[in-house]
Amino acid sequence: MNLTLEHVTGGYDSKTVVDDVSFTLHSGEVVCLLGANGCGKTTLFKLILCLLRPSHGCVRLCEENIANWSRSRLARSFGYVPQMHIPPFAFEVREIVLMARAAYLSPFASPGKEDRRIADEALDYLGILHLASARYTEISGGERQLVLIARALAQQAQWLILDEPAANLDLGNQIKVFRAIGELAKTGLGVLMTTHVPDHAFMYASRVVLMSEGRILTIDTPAKALTPRLLKKAYGVPVRVVEIGTQSGINSGIMIVVPNQK
Amino acid sequence: MATVPNPEKARPYHMHNGNTLALLTLLLVVVAFGSLAIGSYPISLHDWWKLLTAPSAGGTPEIVLMQIRLPRLLACILVGGGLALAGASYQGLFNNPMVSPDILGASAGAGLGAAVGILLGFNFVAIQAVSFTGGLVAVLLAWALASGLCRRGDPVLMLVLVGILIGSMFTALISLTKYIADPYNKLPAITFWLLGSFASITPRDVWTAGIPISAGAIPLLLLRWRLNVLCMGEQEARTLGMNTRAMRFTVIVCATLITAASVSICGMVGWIGLVVPHLARMVVGPNHKILLPTAAIMGGCFLLLVDDVARTAGALEIPVGILTALIGAPFFLFLLMRERRQKS
Repeated sequence: MNLTLEHVTGGYDSKTVVDDVSFTLHSGEVVCLLGANGCGKTTLFKLILCLLRPSHGCVRLCEENIANWSRSRLARSFGYVPQMHIPPFAFEVREIVLMARAAYLSPFASPGKEDRRIADEALDYLGILHLASARYTEISGGERQLVLIARALAQQAQWLILDEPAANLDLGNQIKVFRAIGELAKTGLGVLMTTHVPDHAFMYASRVVLMSEGRILTIDTPAKALTPRLLKKAYGVPVRVVEIGTQSGINSGIMIVVPNQK
Repeated sequence: MATVPNPEKARPYHMHNGNTLALLTLLLVVVAFGSLAIGSYPISLHDWWKLLTAPSAGGTPEIVLMQIRLPRLLACILVGGGLALAGASYQGLFNNPMVSPDILGASAGAGLGAAVGILLGFNFVAIQAVSFTGGLVAVLLAWALASGLCRRGDPVLMLVLVGILIGSMFTALISLTKYIADPYNKLPAITFWLLGSFASITPRDVWTAGIPISAGAIPLLLLRWRLNVLCMGEQEARTLGMNTRAMRFTVIVCATLITAASVSICGMVGWIGLVVPHLARMVVGPNHKILLPTAAIMGGCFLLLVDDVARTAGALEIPVGILTALIGAPFFLFLLMRERRQKS
């Protein structure tokens, strides 16, 4: 299953935010989308999810142009994990996850036994089945993020699109969330996510898309894409990429990005 | 992922099942029979027995029950249930618990229609027709303007803003109608009509309001689970596979049918669409699948009880709209305080 963007250009009114973006992603990959604030990451997501129409170019899934797909077909192909927010009503966690089944139900239907089984399976997979009857407004931020990922899983889509899954999470929850995402990719899902932390890309991504001002700077493995030169171009500040040494003096292979002192 | 189960977090809505609904329906039946029995004309047990054994025997008790109390009772259940249903749907649709079914101007439009009808000296049927049409026109105007203005951004927010504008414009036009109305007969008629009352309900009114109210209520009840998904917000609902525009349009048309039909037979009865959904949510939780039928039954019950007070409390009948506001506002305050306490 390939997700292909062909010269995708789009934005709001006459303002172009994403400019001529082309790339192909394969299922089973974890791809990180990086770039400065306002470089067009969110807009690119909206174009992929058909929330915005491209003014030029198209998005193809398995060679098929998705521009005229129905909303339910799109939802069966892309599981989207938005940045978490708190709805005004205190839904139970299971109800939130069951919303994923809307794409499989006729307008007058509501979820049945099988849908509940799928929802509980998704919760169980992420280790939060015990929260099923808890109120979504009363659990912690990390738990909410896991619930939204569970909901995307219950959509049974081939692609997971995540908008900053690690934002607002503490260290423990960050590791949990990324581990879950990595395991999902191993089962054959395609993962595309944004992050503000290049270290996350080094740790968890198989490829990196680096964006700047609506255009693609590079698409490559983390080691090749996240060089000081390209990072300076994307974020406008000088940085160093260093490898963490181990006590025995052998290189660990773990790379981090630090500010270039002086 | 070793997460320790926290029993305190599992706080399910215990009344999640059909039992609550059955219990409330029973309550509604009890309240309904009680309402039939009380009133300024006393009906003895003997009369009841006669009515049950020989329903078409005639006589004053039969006229009081079948021609006056029963239509009034049915109208209360229809209007109360309908407004609560429309309110609960709107609160889900607009993703905002402070919204009531007249947020897009349906009541103001229907009120203006009725005021103009009275001013022009129409007969009762024509006043109801003009009023109903006024409600629909106000909301369609809000929808059209919002759609025209909102090329991008949040369509729901735009709709609410335009709705409030249309509502206040129509309210000003109502004032204008009152200002130019004849102060000796037409002005009191308009004023009394706007206060809301079931005093002049006829059996025919039950049909003329019952049909549009049912036409609005049935689609809302069929679509009710999908309202959950809309509560996640416009964009998220779309990524979950919803055609949000079509859903929004359907819900607005249905809720407007209910609101306009209600106002056209009994005037402006406020607060029910705002308060009753909150009450229902406290009992069964926010899941619209169970919330909508619960709110409808509670709304019918509530308005029936308030109308009982309206017609029996004083020597003169009190307009029911005054009572719903008098009861509704402090009750809403109580609900808010309770919600706050629960959160802390």
